[in-house]
Amino acid sequence: MAQSLFDWSWVLDNLGEIWAQLAEHIVLTVVPVGLGFLMAFPMALASIRWPRLYSPLLGVAGILFSIPTLALFVVMIPFTGLSKATAIIPLTLYTLLILLRNTVEGLKGVPSHVREAAEAMGYTRTRQLFRIELPLAVPVIIAGLRIATVNTIAYVAITALIGQGGLGNLFMDGFLRQYPTPLIVGLVLSVLLAVAADLGLLGVQHVLTPWQRDPG
Amino acid sequence: MIEVITDLVAWFADPVNWQGPSGVPARVLEHIWYSVLAIILAVVIAQPIGILIGHTGRGGALAINLSNAARAVPTFGVILLTFLVAGIGLVPVLVALVVLAVPSMITNTYAGFRAVDRDVRDSAEGMGMTGWQVVRRVEIPVAMPLIMAGVRISAVQIVATATFAAVVSLGGLGRYIIDGLAQRDLTEVLAGAILVAALSLLTELGLSRLQTLVVSDGLQAESEEASMEAKLEGSTG
Amino acid sequence: MITFESVTKRYADGTVAADDVSFEVPEGELVVLVGPSGCGKTTTLRMVNRMIEPTDGRITVNGEDAASVPAPRLRRDIGYVIQQVGLFPHLTIADNVATVPSLIGWDKERIGERVEELINTVGLSQEVASRYPRQLSGGQQQRVGVARALAADPPIMLMDEPFGAVDPIVRESLQDEFLRLQRELKKTILFVTHDIDEAMKMGDRIAIFNVGGILEQYATPTDLLATPANDFVVDFLGAERNLKRLALIPVSAVEHEIGPLVSEDDSSSRAQEVARESGTDWVLVTDTEKQVKGWVSINDLDGQGTVGEAEIQPFDTFVTQDESLRAALDGMVESHLNVAVRVDGDGRYEGVVTHNTLTGELK
Ligand SMILES: Nc1ncnc2c1ncn2[C@@H]1O[C@H](COP(=O)(O)OP(=O)(O)O)[C@@H](O)[C@H]1O
Ligand SMILES: [Mg+2]
Repeated sequence: MAQSLFDWSWVLDNLGEIWAQLAEHIVLTVVPVGLGFLMAFPMALASIRWPRLYSPLLGVAGILFSIPTLALFVVMIPFTGLSKATAIIPLTLYTLLILLRNTVEGLKGVPSHVREAAEAMGYTRTRQLFRIELPLAVPVIIAGLRIATVNTIAYVAITALIGQGGLGNLFMDGFLRQYPTPLIVGLVLSVLLAVAADLGLLGVQHVLTPWQRDPG
Repeated sequence: MIEVITDLVAWFADPVNWQGPSGVPARVLEHIWYSVLAIILAVVIAQPIGILIGHTGRGGALAINLSNAARAVPTFGVILLTFLVAGIGLVPVLVALVVLAVPSMITNTYAGFRAVDRDVRDSAEGMGMTGWQVVRRVEIPVAMPLIMAGVRISAVQIVATATFAAVVSLGGLGRYIIDGLAQRDLTEVLAGAILVAALSLLTELGLSRLQTLVVSDGLQAESEEASMEAKLEGSTG
Repeated sequence: MITFESVTKRYADGTVAADDVSFEVPEGELVVLVGPSGCGKTTTLRMVNRMIEPTDGRITVNGEDAASVPAPRLRRDIGYVIQQVGLFPHLTIADNVATVPSLIGWDKERIGERVEELINTVGLSQEVASRYPRQLSGGQQQRVGVARALAADPPIMLMDEPFGAVDPIVRESLQDEFLRLQRELKKTILFVTHDIDEAMKMGDRIAIFNVGGILEQYATPTDLLATPANDFVVDFLGAERNLKRLALIPVSAVEHEIGPLVSEDDSSSRAQEVARESGTDWVLVTDTEKQVKGWVSINDLDGQGTVGEAEIQPFDTFVTQDESLRAALDGMVESHLNVAVRVDGDGRYEGVVTHNTLTGELK
């Protein structure tokens, strides 16, 4: 390893490849988080409607979340081979715990006087849910999405070991060739992507909750 | 599918897989060895820092930001990079495992201290406890649910992440997965995955047992809440 | 004994929470600091055990300059009770109470006996000893807080709104029990409240504070009501100042008169004569054992042979010598007769307290 730690010329020569892996990484993040939310949201509504469901649902999501990432990815191989689904299904399952819990806690966290006021004004249950409780739960739900997204971005890289990987492929490339530059580029981009996603979601929350902004 | 299962059963039944330096007992011991070393190092580094910033209240925001940032760093990549920079050996892997476990332990301990009721601390001081007595007799025991939750989550994470040691030519249960993938031996891959999952489950169970033991009965409810909180906020894998 | 000598506290942001405050808490007395929220009561209290250091002036505790004693040592001799109680959630009630004794190194056996004794003293049952704070009601937690502060038998107690967080009924009984306890223990106590009624009830002396940490008046409750120093004190004592004063004067402190007294067996004409002599249009009726039967209007006596044959109206309220003039006033209002009937412990008639006596007392 006589070569210097970082080599800008490699970066310039491989912009296309870097961009492609970054785009792939984004897809492998957005799809699982999106699917995860689509699954967690009805589960959360059901947990509010039938509170007895909540504990078992959370339990199952918790067990899934506790399985080591690499183990869950490879367990998928017999079912889905080395396809994208092998990466996406476990990544989706990992988001469930956080998204389910934060959505339920967010909805439950609406102060009871607000809920009662809405009832007293004659809101129906569904209308109340979408007009009152959901908007007020936005900050907690988004907090959940932020954690899920940042976690997923870190996990995606591992899927390079099962033939997917996004920026993880840059890690493997650098590692196999004993050449740090792609590895460092991958790591830096992965962290930057996490930070950008986190800030982006914070921005979304800001837009969705005008009542929480400081005056002026 | 049935075939996969019968192959797996056959793998676990094959005495060859239970003998010698690449047998299950040896691999499990290696895996435990890496993990225990990393956990102990992380505790020894993180807890005094967590206690210090928890007690004084200074540096808390920094710790929280650090641990959020740590969550965004892919452990997998860090292990590969340390290997490239420092060469083959246990030390680079340990460094990577410890560095990524420490921030979340610190934040949990810090959060535990911050969650100690102002009035509880106030009356401890008002009764004439010295600074250190407040820490030892009140703050640590009251913060114990979160301290233990942090240790538990970090430990499970370390056990899971130690799998990547195999990627950089070390042993442990990751060997089965990495070698299996290289040789397209799905059975071996799955056997490795099952063993890793089982070991991290055992770690989880063992440490939650320990948590119940070291947390006062007066705080068991807080303890459950703390475990969930720590699990959600502190994972990299 | 605690003394404040020209004590001033100015916080970093310029807020003055104690402004040249001087007063003395005599040995064995309960002194109440009272005043509106934010006037500096808590600050003043916490300077005694050095939870807060004064900017200026001196505080002495039992003759020693507080600043010269290491804070932990000073605090171990001063019981400390706060509104939010601050029980240690990870310790059982017994271990909570045992905190200071174990800090100062009592042996296990002595601690055990002391804890058992204290749990009784504050009116809890021994079963709570092995429970945790979260398993207790607010009132029970307050009792544990008091027990914990008393554990090593400190000569001095600081209490910051100790009964502020419980409902009024529980508060009243905690106050009563604590007063009873204090009569036995004779601790030197500094007690903070924002409730003037609690101050009147609990305090041997009261320090009234105004916003800005100004001590407006320091006096006994009776003196405070009789001679308030300024308009602020008058306002703070409230519109019912006179009623509060009456509440502080026992019936035994004023004269009682024999009143227009007759027996059931007396004749109607005798009764009418007694009424005329005392200038009333009613007479008080007792039986031969001096038990009060009630009163009879002279109009109802017309045409009756003896008093016992007329319609006797019962009294709802009697007062004994230990009750306050406030109770006597209630008795007057209820009977519409401008007198309260005073009886002894066995219900035997002693006399009447008249409205004139009451108003005389208020002048
Ligand atoms: N640590 C502090 N720093 C600045 N100001 C304070 C501090 N503690 C209390 N104060 C201010 O000092 C004043 C007196 O407070 P305090 O003693 O708590 O009053 P009280 O107990 O009578 O309600 C208030 O205006 C309060 O805001
Ligand atoms: Mg106060």
